Amino acid sequence: MIPNPIIFAPLLGAALLLFAWSCYRRLSLVACGAQDDRLSNPVGRVRAALQFAFGQKKVLSRPFGVNHAVIFWAFLALAVANGDFLLHGAFPGISLSLLPPAMYGALAFVFDLASLFALLAVGSAVVRRIVSPPFAGARTGEAFVILGMIALLMLVFFGMHGAEIALGTETASGYMPVSRYLAVMLSAFTPADLHTIIVISWWIHAVVLLAFMNYLPYSKHMHILTAIPNCFFRNLNQSNTQPREEFIEGKRFGVGSVDEFTWKDLLDSVSCTECGRCQTVCPAALTGKSLNPRQVVHDIKTNLFRNAKQLKNGKGPLLPLIGDAAEGTSSEETLWSCTTCGACMEACPVLIEQMPKIVKMRRHLVEMEASFPVELINLFENIEGRSNPWGIAPSERSKWCSTLEVKPFEAGKTEYLFYVGCAGAFDSRQKQVTVALAAILDAAGVSWGILGRDEMCCGDSLRRLGNEFAFDRLARENVQMLKERGVTKILTHCPHCFSTLKNDYLQYGLELEVIHHTELINQLMKDGKLKLNREVTELGTVLYHDSCYLGRHNDVYQAPREVIATVTGQPAAEFTRNLNSSFCCGAGGGRMWLEEQSGTRINRERAREALGAQPDTICVSCPYCMTMFGDALKDEGATEVKVKDIAEVVAEGLR
Amino acid sequence: MRVITCIKQVPDTTQVKIDPVTNTLVRDGIPFIINPYDVHAIEESLRLKDRFGLHTTALSMGPPNAEAALKRALALGMDDAVLLSDRAFGGADTLSTSNVLATAIKKLSQDRPLGLVICGKQTIDGDTAQVGPGIAVRLGLSQLTLVDRIESLDFLANRIRVRRKLEGRYEIVEARLPAMITVVREINQPRYPTVPMRMQAGKSPITVWDNETLKLDTNTIGLKGSPTWVSKIFSPERDKGEMLGDGLSDPVGSTRLLMERLLAHDLLTA
Ligand SMILES: Cc1cc2nc3c(=O)[nH]c(=O)nc-3n(C[C@H](O)[C@H](O)[C@H](O)COP(=O)(O)OP(=O)(O)OC[C@H]3O[C@@H](n4cnc5c(N)ncnc54)[C@H](O)[C@@H]3O)c2cc1C
Ligand code: SF4
Ligand code: SF4
Repeated sequence: MIPNPIIFAPLLGAALLLFAWSCYRRLSLVACGAQDDRLSNPVGRVRAALQFAFGQKKVLSRPFGVNHAVIFWAFLALAVANGDFLLHGAFPGISLSLLPPAMYGALAFVFDLASLFALLAVGSAVVRRIVSPPFAGARTGEAFVILGMIALLMLVFFGMHGAEIALGTETASGYMPVSRYLAVMLSAFTPADLHTIIVISWWIHAVVLLAFMNYLPYSKHMHILTAIPNCFFRNLNQSNTQPREEFIEGKRFGVGSVDEFTWKDLLDSVSCTECGRCQTVCPAALTGKSLNPRQVVHDIKTNLFRNAKQLKNGKGPLLPLIGDAAEGTSSEETLWSCTTCGACMEACPVLIEQMPKIVKMRRHLVEMEASFPVELINLFENIEGRSNPWGIAPSERSKWCSTLEVKPFEAGKTEYLFYVGCAGAFDSRQKQVTVALAAILDAAGVSWGILGRDEMCCGDSLRRLGNEFAFDRLARENVQMLKERGVTKILTHCPHCFSTLKNDYLQYGLELEVIHHTELINQLMKDGKLKLNREVTELGTVLYHDSCYLGRHNDVYQAPREVIATVTGQPAAEFTRNLNSSFCCGAGGGRMWLEEQSGTRINRERAREALGAQPDTICVSCPYCMTMFGDALKDEGATEVKVKDIAEVVAEGLR
Repeated sequence: MRVITCIKQVPDTTQVKIDPVTNTLVRDGIPFIINPYDVHAIEESLRLKDRFGLHTTALSMGPPNAEAALKRALALGMDDAVLLSDRAFGGADTLSTSNVLATAIKKLSQDRPLGLVICGKQTIDGDTAQVGPGIAVRLGLSQLTLVDRIESLDFLANRIRVRRKLEGRYEIVEARLPAMITVVREINQPRYPTVPMRMQAGKSPITVWDNETLKLDTNTIGLKGSPTWVSKIFSPERDKGEMLGDGLSDPVGSTRLLMERLLAHDLLTA
């Protein structure tokens, strides 16, 4: 039964045109972004879209996620139903009901149940938003309008089909249990009333559907259209690395205005669902800093839309991207607050890359404006001048082994280059870890050597802080030296060196087998090469902290846990937030070298979480975590808790 | 109006070793940096450029590789850079160094009037703090050393007012322009170069003047013009240190030992 195709057909045509125009308006802005190759490895991309968009993998990783998954899958089914509804409305001759009865019946069954599930899920979403919203500020009018529209669509769907069944005009009535249930209630109405119900329901359905469609491009529900392509175009490389920059005269570096972002960055911004998951895991946001990854993404989108006119006319944007915080603008303080921990990216259901955008904006500040917290001047000059963050003379690099017998690395003779790292060579606490690791390697008969004073900084802090120019120089020198020396296998005990050598240097064509000491020790113990003299029990309850650059950024989770279990005879105690949900110590992204000016301290937040597990020892696998926990435990007055690197825990077993 | 900043390229002295046999500086592989005080001198001239639109020139006497220091000065924002380089200038002490620099400054003042010469307080290798004053005397400039703040600068009245940082006190001094000031580290926080400036500086040519340009009497420059020479460089003997207890296992005990030792040597009053 179709109420008047003569009125509806032009209405549908107009609505579709308007929708197409709106999408064009929005997406042509996305196309203003800079180039980015996101087409390589199409198989991997299809897999990503299937897993994360259609499979809702990340959505489902949180308790309430199933609610969204239900709505999403229901939407997929109902897209067919609604397509049929609209076409049939304009061209009465076209209808799914003309299919063979069994096929139409099966479809009707799916539509009927999908509508019920969607209605229930939308209902619980409304309740959740009122009772316990996902984040403060999630109770927006927009959210309720959208939920209300979806609920209304489902209600009139049942009204329409219930009345048709009651009237006896629905051929698939036997396949529509929910609608039939309603039909029983409607059976008291006269045929004329039922007809009216159908017509009214039909028109409400039609108008709400067209309105919903046209509202999408202007709301956070744009993600209904962009989330699937966004997952397809995801970054398939390790997500902690940032793209290289080409240092060519006349170019601008970093991102200082919205059109300097790549089109994918802009697609990210219009794909944000405002779910707030990123902000509920962000260490900066959780400790009262102005940084909130959801807001950063939102501000990029707002900036893009507000500058639409200028961008279309090929003029520079008016609303600044970085500056005094206003909607559409991120403040410098916000950008400097990021620890590049990657928790936001791990949490994001639509695979938005928040952190690299922050680093790109830092690049603009450092490279184009030379505007950054004053503490960083010394850091930059120390690394550029003396290749270490403290500016200590390179000749001191091998002081840690002045009383040991350590061989220099020699290609062909030495298997592993032990890349000691700046902290391992200069930081007095971390030097003890270096010595412990050296003892372990010798005990296991590993062939290893060092570069001594020729070792340079890997440049991690430079890169994360946005000083890509200095990083680029350092990386080229390092890559050249490592190639010249014939290094193929590198061992590190710093996850930052580990990740930089392994992932970032890959962009410079250096393919190395980089291994973190947690992995090597585990392997040596499994192979029976490293035998302990005793079980280490005096460290009590050993709580393991996942470093962001080892865990989230490089997926090393099990090796350290297996080592601790073997050495202590007990599985490691766990933080509430562990594995890929681990909470940063506060030192990544160059924050190690910056004062924490606002909010509470990230390391103390993490230390308090640790103390909740009542550990005797906190076991770390990163020099920064070591420093941060050491400081935080002092501040918390809990100096009875020891902080030890995993190498030190293992070395105890050699005594 | 021109402000000229004198900078010297020095070896990064935390990394310099003295050869125990020859008693000379081991310079092999030691990176060169701009004398740290001179970085503050550059910054101060850039601030004057920002405030008054002065023309800033970096000037250095040294071997050809001192170009790197001048390129850095350009990257930081200096308008131009002049390198005074000639074998005849080599082996100079402070007398002949200031002679060469003063001559170059006079030459630079011909096309653009000189407002100010800014030098570092001293270098970290020669450490004499004599070159700045030497220039001032030769050119008849007002001599304002150890400046930690330029209070005011008035080009109409031709006056400069600065604060000098002396031991335990400050001194506010006013003088006529043109003047020569030497600056201490506290005067400012140096900036960091932007990438486009670095890239541009890398390409910019540096003016090099040799003695054919300066036409100085060869008896007044280089080794010949230097009445002082270094007869020996050596590191002072230092007594071997001593470990007092085991600070790791017994920090309180070690601290007590240290206090006792300091009191015994009268280095601490109870
Ligand atoms: C006896 C003697 C012999 C020496 N022989 C040699 C030698 O053979 N080879 C050698 O390389 N060095 C030699 N030197 C070192 C060098 O000549 C002096 O360092 C130089 O004269 C500057 O003195 P200073 O470093 O103490 O500078 P200071 O007087 O401490 O410097 C003060 C400021 O003057 C300016 N300034 C100083 N030198 C220069 C410069 N060259 N260009 C531009 N601005 C400058 C800077 O602004 C600096 O901050 C010798 C020094 C002495 C005392
Ligand atoms: S990387 Fe970490 S600190 Fe930075 S925005 Fe994401 S969650 Fe926050
Ligand atoms: S960026 Fe991702 S996680 Fe954050 S609010 Fe948007 S969709 Fe959610």
